Amino acid sequence: MIIKVLGSGCANCQKLEQVAKQVVADLVLDAQVVKVTDMGEIMGYGVMSTPALVVDEQLRLAGRVPTYGEVVTILTRDQ
Amino acid sequence: MDIFYPFQWVADRLTYDLLGLDPASKLGASVDFFLYDVPKILAMLVVIVFAVAVIRSFFPPEKTRGFLSHSRLYGGNVLAALLGVVTPFCSCSAVPLFIGFVESGVPLGVTFSFLIASPMVNEVALVLLLGLFGWKVAGLYLVSGLTVAIIGGIVIGKLDLEDQVEDYVRQIKVGESDAVELTWAQRFAYARGYVADIVGKVWPYVVGGIALGAVMHGYIPTDALAKWAGPGNPLAVPVAVLMGIPLYSNAAGIIPLVSVLTEKGVAMGTVLAFMMAVVALSVPEFIILRKVIKPKLIAIFISINFVTITAIGYLFNWVLR
Repeated sequence: MIIKVLGSGCANCQKLEQVAKQVVADLVLDAQVVKVTDMGEIMGYGVMSTPALVVDEQLRLAGRVPTYGEVVTILTRDQ
Repeated sequence: MDIFYPFQWVADRLTYDLLGLDPASKLGASVDFFLYDVPKILAMLVVIVFAVAVIRSFFPPEKTRGFLSHSRLYGGNVLAALLGVVTPFCSCSAVPLFIGFVESGVPLGVTFSFLIASPMVNEVALVLLLGLFGWKVAGLYLVSGLTVAIIGGIVIGKLDLEDQVEDYVRQIKVGESDAVELTWAQRFAYARGYVADIVGKVWPYVVGGIALGAVMHGYIPTDALAKWAGPGNPLAVPVAVLMGIPLYSNAAGIIPLVSVLTEKGVAMGTVLAFMMAVVALSVPEFIILRKVIKPKLIAIFISINFVTITAIGYLFNWVLR
């Protein structure tokens, strides 16, 4: 599973990246957390507000920092 | 009955009974002022910011873009300014938002109405104005903020500056995405996080601003500043607007201070213009916008804001005296 955190490097984007990494580590998921800062690539997902979360090329969340539990739900639902 | 009466009651008891200060003394007046305003403003911030966040969760920028794409001059500017108030916006998202708007056919002038209204009519400023000045001034601020955004956007639209958008912006291919619909639980979680974030960031400024304001309230004689910044000095408004530009990050601390300034004789229009400049014109935002628009448009953007905000200041000085 490839998890992408989209954002230009603002505080909220870093928070989301931390939460995502924490969830992956805690649940021992076979996943890679990638940070995307390139504006062209971010816009490619149709995202207009950062941070955003993309799981296996699917946009799951944009414009807010989710709670830990929400990220758990997002990352485990598809498996 | 005044819904803030309990706050006043507690402040009076603490100041005059517990601390034993004299209500007629300068120290007593200052302490009472501080103990009344700080809990009142913080409580209002929590309640109103939470409500605003819930409302905003219904207006993600993807939806707003849909409303505005291919909109026209005038009508589009009014709609964009109004949506600027309810769409969540942080300056760190200004670049993707701008690209998303322009790419989906939102006219440049309409985009600017949004970009001016969004930071200007912000909930923290409105709460502080409501709490410290009352609903009339808060309402005036809301209406004049929208007016500046609408006029600014129309002028930029009329000037035909589409060539001032950085070339790479047009080359970016924007993907299709539907706004992810939230559940009520998610909306409340978002609002809770938003309150923690905003109130956590602004409370030291609010407390500091009110503390300094309380000292001034007690110790500076009323109308001491009327000579320099009263309605009689025509230069006061533009100077106030210029001073407001570098003060962005302290908006929350500045409003408590200016509320005291009006008591000391600074004209209301001057104060309102100053606040608008503090909130709407900020150097960090210019730097972020520079990534998507050329310097000429940045200069036009700043000039239009400066002129409209100054004009509004004069107008209110004239109307409210």
